[in-house]
Amino acid sequence: MLPQTDYVKASSVAHALDMLHQYGTGAAILAGGTDLIVDMRERRREPTMLVDISSVEELAEIDVGTGNIRIGAGVTVAGLAGSAIVQHQLPLVTEVTRHFADYLTRNRATIGGNLANASPGADLVPPLLALNASVVLATAQGERTVDLNDFLVGPRRTLLLWNELVRAIHIPTPVPRGQAYEKLGLRTGGAIAVVSCAVSMDQAGGECRRVRIGLGAVAPRAFRSSEAEQIMEGHMFSSDIAARAAEAAANSSQPISDVRGSAEYRHAMVRALVERALHAAYERSSEPQE
Amino acid sequence: MANETPVSIKVNGKEEQRDVEPRLLLAHFLREDLGLTGTHIGCDTTQCGACTVLIDGKSVKACTVFAVQADGSEVTTIEGVGAEGELHPVQEGFWEEHGLQCGYCTPGMIMSGIHLLNENKNPSEQEIREGISGNFCRCTGYQHIVNAIQYAAKKG
Ligand SMILES: Cc1cc2nc3c(=O)[nH]c(=O)nc-3n(C[C@H](O)[C@H](O)[C@H](O)COP(=O)(O)OP(=O)(O)OC[C@H]3O[C@@H](n4cnc5c(N)ncnc54)[C@H](O)[C@@H]3O)c2cc1C
Ligand code: FES
Ligand code: FES
Repeated sequence: MLPQTDYVKASSVAHALDMLHQYGTGAAILAGGTDLIVDMRERRREPTMLVDISSVEELAEIDVGTGNIRIGAGVTVAGLAGSAIVQHQLPLVTEVTRHFADYLTRNRATIGGNLANASPGADLVPPLLALNASVVLATAQGERTVDLNDFLVGPRRTLLLWNELVRAIHIPTPVPRGQAYEKLGLRTGGAIAVVSCAVSMDQAGGECRRVRIGLGAVAPRAFRSSEAEQIMEGHMFSSDIAARAAEAAANSSQPISDVRGSAEYRHAMVRALVERALHAAYERSSEPQE
Repeated sequence: MANETPVSIKVNGKEEQRDVEPRLLLAHFLREDLGLTGTHIGCDTTQCGACTVLIDGKSVKACTVFAVQADGSEVTTIEGVGAEGELHPVQEGFWEEHGLQCGYCTPGMIMSGIHLLNENKNPSEQEIREGISGNFCRCTGYQHIVNAIQYAAKKG
């Protein structure tokens, strides 16, 4: 049996925020439940009130705004996979959904849950970092927008306040055309990442522009390797420069040794994956569309 | 019992109303409250897919959804698929292609197969393998399960 709890199905964002406010720190937001229910079963978490946002329609929308693409926090991984906007403009994200868990989990797991849970290996984080995403947070009092990079504080720690929820993820447009993703797991299907890497970039006549490199599962939290980005930025693309940037990315990671691999192995794999992703992203890149 | 919540869930076309504890998982609700034991429980870790059912047409692990979350939804379990003497094409595929041995994974496999074919009428072998990647089988080695779903796809 899972721990005893109360439950409310939120009908709107305002309703969910009211409930959070009313029930205080014992309340937990329930979206797809693919992390939270697992944690409750293991008694890692015992909320006294579940605020279920999985039926809130305003959280399940993806639309194109002025200067950004807006993804509601309640969009599922299956919803991302099936979205034409995502397929056309964010192929990096579509690619990630193919490596994410299994069909059954994808039908429940949400993007908001993936970010709020802040696992170092959360698969959507490196691509969203590479796409320079920001996160819209809401309380009953109002909203604030923070960079995803600032939102993530450490393993399973974010800037979220007790009475706050993730409402949407914003990705600034135009989005760089050169996007690539590499994930290494211990098997091909649905495995937790040993290393994951996402790159986005533009180019102007072979010169790399707006290079962003997001890395997952190789540090306490997913991060952007600014060292590697700086090696590429404003320089002509070459195999040599990609190799140097990959080496810098590996040096900027702080991998641990665990059942999925040693720190040395992860270090070597960061180098290999970043190099591969840089080549792929460059090949897909084009002149920036300002 | 403490803090029970009323739910109304349409299970296999029949409206079911019960008072349940919020912590009750859908898989337990189906098996214990409704006696629909075709939905199996194979693990305690959200890994195996033996508990697969459809909620509003989407395949999910019923061991990782609270019954209260399905309030107002339509749930389809293996008992709601086909009828005696009139198997669903995916069930017929499992019969014709020997898609099972012990049968423990089979209800979940069939529900995933149905969801897959609803989304993609003509999946490739690779797409079938990906479509059932959340369902574990410890007996068959999967080949006959893939054949069974291919059989159903051909039947249309
Ligand atoms: C079998 C299996 C395979 C998995 N495979 C992968 C994988 O390949 N890659 C991967 O990255 N993850 C994987 N996961 C983990 C999990 O599915 C994801 O992290 C998922 O995105 C979590 O989303 P959810 O909607 O299920 O979150 P929930 O479990 O509902 O919530 C997770 C946490 O976030 C909070 N939360 C949820 N939504 C919000 C919101 N809008 N605002 C504020 N807080 C919120 C909750 O309170 C909770 O603390 C897997 C899980 C399972 C069970
Ligand atoms: S019983 Fe194993 S995934 Fe549900
Ligand atoms: S037939 Fe035995 S587990 Fe699949």
